[in-house]
Amino acid sequence: MSSLCMLSDDALLDRLQQAAFGYFVDTMNAENGLVPDTSREHSPVSIAVVGFALSAYPAAVERGWMERAEAVRRSLLALRFFRDSDQSGSPTATGYKGFYYHFLDIHSGRRVWRSELSMIDSAMLIAGMLTAATYFTADTAAEAELRELADLLYRRVDWHWSRDGTGTIRQGWKPESGFLHYGWEGYSEAIVLYALALGSPTHPVSTDCYAGWTATYQWENLYDQDFLYAGPLFVHHFSHAWVDLRGVRDPFMREKNSDYFENSRRAVVVQRRYAQLNPHQFVGYDCNCWGLSACDGPTDDQPEVANEPRRLFGYAARGVPYGPDDGTLSPPSVLTSVPFAPQLALGALRNVLMRHPEILTDDRLATSFNASVIDHNGQAWVSPGHYGLDQGAVFMMIENHRSGWIWRLLHGCDYLVNGMRKAGFTGGWLDPLVTVEVHS
Amino acid sequence: MTARFDASTSAPLDAYERKRLDAVRPEAWNNPEPAGPYQLVILGAGSAGLAAASAAAALGARVALIERHLIGGTCFNTGCVPSKTLLRTAGVYAEMRDAACYGAQAPAEIKVDFPAAMTRLRRIRSHLTNTTSVRLLAASGVDVYFGNPQFEGSDRVRVNGQPLTFEKALIATGARPHVPDIPGLKQAGFLTNATVFDLTELPPRLLVIGGGPLGCELAQAFQRLGSKVTIVQNMPLFLPHAERDAAQTLSEAFARDGIEVRLNTTASAVRVEGGERVVDLVSDDYHSTVRVDAILTGVGRRPNVQGLALEAAGVESDESTGVTVDDHLRTANPRIYAAGDVCLSAKFTDIAEESACIVVRNALLGGCERLSERIVPWCTYTDPEIAHVGMYVREANARGIPIKTFTIPMHQIDRAITDSEQDGFVKLHVSEGSDHILGATIVSRDAGDMISQVTLAMVAGVGLRTLAKVIHTYPTKTDAIRQAAMAYNRTRLTPRVLARLRRWLTR
Repeated sequence: MSSLCMLSDDALLDRLQQAAFGYFVDTMNAENGLVPDTSREHSPVSIAVVGFALSAYPAAVERGWMERAEAVRRSLLALRFFRDSDQSGSPTATGYKGFYYHFLDIHSGRRVWRSELSMIDSAMLIAGMLTAATYFTADTAAEAELRELADLLYRRVDWHWSRDGTGTIRQGWKPESGFLHYGWEGYSEAIVLYALALGSPTHPVSTDCYAGWTATYQWENLYDQDFLYAGPLFVHHFSHAWVDLRGVRDPFMREKNSDYFENSRRAVVVQRRYAQLNPHQFVGYDCNCWGLSACDGPTDDQPEVANEPRRLFGYAARGVPYGPDDGTLSPPSVLTSVPFAPQLALGALRNVLMRHPEILTDDRLATSFNASVIDHNGQAWVSPGHYGLDQGAVFMMIENHRSGWIWRLLHGCDYLVNGMRKAGFTGGWLDPLVTVEVHS
Repeated sequence: MTARFDASTSAPLDAYERKRLDAVRPEAWNNPEPAGPYQLVILGAGSAGLAAASAAAALGARVALIERHLIGGTCFNTGCVPSKTLLRTAGVYAEMRDAACYGAQAPAEIKVDFPAAMTRLRRIRSHLTNTTSVRLLAASGVDVYFGNPQFEGSDRVRVNGQPLTFEKALIATGARPHVPDIPGLKQAGFLTNATVFDLTELPPRLLVIGGGPLGCELAQAFQRLGSKVTIVQNMPLFLPHAERDAAQTLSEAFARDGIEVRLNTTASAVRVEGGERVVDLVSDDYHSTVRVDAILTGVGRRPNVQGLALEAAGVESDESTGVTVDDHLRTANPRIYAAGDVCLSAKFTDIAEESACIVVRNALLGGCERLSERIVPWCTYTDPEIAHVGMYVREANARGIPIKTFTIPMHQIDRAITDSEQDGFVKLHVSEGSDHILGATIVSRDAGDMISQVTLAMVAGVGLRTLAKVIHTYPTKTDAIRQAAMAYNRTRLTPRVLARLRRWLTR
């Protein structure tokens, strides 16, 4: 059993949050401020992970886990890198039109894996830049440079282009083939993307773009929960890392008399119920063992072998209730549920830590485990190493749960707030003088 | 093995085939001599044409039915009937392989007898000629003509040189497979629904191009019969008209079956090398090649509007959308109507038949029925089946109609669990704040049958409150529909209502 289980909730969260922050301290490339996707050898950079790192430094300064000057130095390294990066959109560039390729070489900062120019991952990177700029407001040369760079990099993003003339923002673009034509419909983690795209003073998308996206939503009553459906848990979390969605509502949520924060709480209830029902009878699933999300997983894929029935899906966006589900659960997605349903999330996390202490190394959670796939010692399969996205989301959601500090900080980010207003968000902290709206 | 694959598509002319062909296209058939103008001339003896002919003859009308090829059309000869027959055999082999899942022992060796499957197909198809045949039609009073019809004016049509005059006409010439324009495909040879059921040997490796209903059904069937199937779909999901979750469920079912799924992918070129068909595939910037023994195109259907001289009758048409009709199914020529695949975007047998019956009432009885008033279900017969009726969520959103979905996953239904058939769901879409059903999607092994209960409720104007009162025999999978209705009822218990109830109960 992990010794962490003996700690109080506060102490447990403190340990996990500090360890999550340590991922950025330990893995950042000191030359350019870039942070790898995973702790595994030869991992490329994920631009979203850099966004989480930039968002984490200010809160770490507030908690006394990093000197302010060091946080500024690290942030500037990354911002200068992106300012100077190749924006030609060539197959080996770093970005195009202000967006960046999803995965970059950690040394050269150039595109790897023929990855796509990713709109959502660029948005998370930009959100990190703006978080840093909103916090580092001291009248020093370094912090002034940081603010200017963040502003420059945000302003140069051509969000309008990312629509490709369609009603909504495209998921990605490749120099070899243009915009990806993957369907990117339904509720997703894209609120932060749309808020930033709408709030842009230089290349905004029009307001109908957000309505076009929410028109693809599915409002469902599932397991007696009325909720905005999305299968994987991370969808219900990522935008909340930056955007305070407590009590503020867009037109869709006004119509449904709910809000995105409450919706994420209901997503937890749905996950618990699914795990309790455990339709595929995987080992371990119950109301205190859940967490289907996008994560690594065991695979039965055999390279060069076609037409083999698949039971294990490797890295996949697992979700409830429609799957895919191969018995793999994501403990970080449980922990990042903590602001929405603290008792349920911590209860489940403690349970999983008690059962599978091996999912924790250096106080950091592995991205996933599968108790239905065991080794010759009877040990559950555990994803090796750590994922930066998990550590970033864990750090920020714990901070928001403990203090709401990142949310409050970004109440002061005019670009983000303007974008939310353009999306039609009202109420709550956006309109402190307006009392509760009445809905039929 | 590959080199020995016999790609010929001529079914053995066995007793079953002889019986069928004699029923749907008798060799010795002589076209009748018209006694005078017909009250209704029908072009095409597929599902729509046959339905119209039967309905009109039953009314006592003088009816002529003209067919170019075979009575029964696509559905009977090369569509629903043979495909569902083959799907059943494929399902049996799938259950044999999955026997352990049902607590049974799988056979030590599962050897697929493809010729036996095709013989059964031919036997059942010929058996159904007991209800579909030229002689039965003639006996019911329909004048049946074989030949190529061409309009010669607004009230006359010529078939094999013989002029027929009419008061009203119905164009029901159906649709044909749409062959994609892929370089090298025609030279390499390919299968369509018109030829695939005549295969005499199972292709060891099969590429299915197109993820519509037919492509999906046959991809799964051939995989289960033992072919190594790759399916290519130039979209993010299969069944582009289906709900996202339904299509997603299907993708996963395909993966479990071992079908090589290539979404967002197009076939860019085909060539033959050493007896193999080599197909280049492109997905964004990812290029790959598959080697197969046969290619099946299932990429949709094109309406049969050529060769009819429609312009001579003042009938407007388009190569891709077919004959232009109004909501009463009337063409630009008020004497002439159209029904079925030749004019409708939804190309399903049930809709074809219903549209034909509407035409008969509008054309012969002076009716003014509208197709848009019909509530039309459809089903794709994969495993699990995917059935839908009424409005989609995206349609409601586009029209500004607040919509809410009551979802019951099949893993909440006892009978689905006892049958080890938990994949799938029932979704009932209602107008927000009411129990009025706007539509439904069902994904389940029996979805095609289950959807009828929702269709009935919609036609009868029954809402979820009433559906919640319908007692279902226990245990059945249709109980999921009642469970969805009961979930609606529970939402009526708002905190205020609950508080009142509690006060009353504790008075």
